[in-house]
Amino acid sequence: MTGADVVFALLGVVCLAAAVLVVTSPNVIHAALWLVVCFGALAGCYLVLTAEFVAWVQVLIYIGAIVVLMLFGAMLTRAPIGPQPAGGAGGLDSGNRPLAALAGLATTGVLGTLVISAFRGAYVDIHHTAVGDGRVIGAAVFRFFVLPFEIASVLLLAALVGAIVLTRREVSDAEQADRA
Amino acid sequence: MHLSLAVGLSALLFGTGVYGVLARRNAVAVLMAVELMLNAANLDLVAFDAWFKDNLHGGQVFALFVVVVAAAEVGVGLAIVLAVFRLRDTVAVDALTQLADRDPPARADTVASDSAP
Repeated sequence: MTGADVVFALLGVVCLAAAVLVVTSPNVIHAALWLVVCFGALAGCYLVLTAEFVAWVQVLIYIGAIVVLMLFGAMLTRAPIGPQPAGGAGGLDSGNRPLAALAGLATTGVLGTLVISAFRGAYVDIHHTAVGDGRVIGAAVFRFFVLPFEIASVLLLAALVGAIVLTRREVSDAEQADRA
Repeated sequence: MHLSLAVGLSALLFGTGVYGVLARRNAVAVLMAVELMLNAANLDLVAFDAWFKDNLHGGQVFALFVVVVAAAEVGVGLAIVLAVFRLRDTVAVDALTQLADRDPPARADTVASDSAP
């Protein structure tokens, strides 16, 4: 049990507790803010695992962009702000919570026993591995993963155009004539 | 550090995400739970990258690609949620039962009322 183990375990506890609150909080805004805590702790886990650049990308993209997008979505769909009665018509949770809990526990059980029994004695030597900082990851992306990188850029462009097309409100000719 | 810590945390996060996707009825909250599952996969990628001491850093690079795909997914997903909200005035996923095959008389009414624009 080294210092890295302790730090990772503590960050993992924070991350897991925040994740549980994300899926159980009765308020969708609180859930989004707990998502920030979860992703922040996960960025710390990435730092322990020597993935420096991925940690900063996690902070910038997930906390900075995706959570903000979630908050915008919650506000634009007029999500119920404030605590809602559990199981009520306006509640965040549907009626199949026991079944969902069963499915979640089963998934965790299968995945957990599989990977932990498969990698029981595996030890990550984080002191003798190349730190994944911007220079190393940049070299890897632009030397070995150029094609996936370019495809990702096209994918982002397509998603951008698709999102605009989906949310755009059609203005009929009559409305345009009214405005003019 | 021990690899089982990282993969165990990843499995727990994934299970939490599965529970969230199935138990939530607000579509935005469902998207949040999907993000939890994507992050569980990311943690595995980064942990195995460190364990293999990969010279190409494939795990970390693909974690970045997962982040990119997640951003695209959230953008398009929220656009769909907004379109559904504009059309149906609700984002509760269990209220969108028009394609369900479980209540024949009500379905006949829905089809009749929806055929007229």
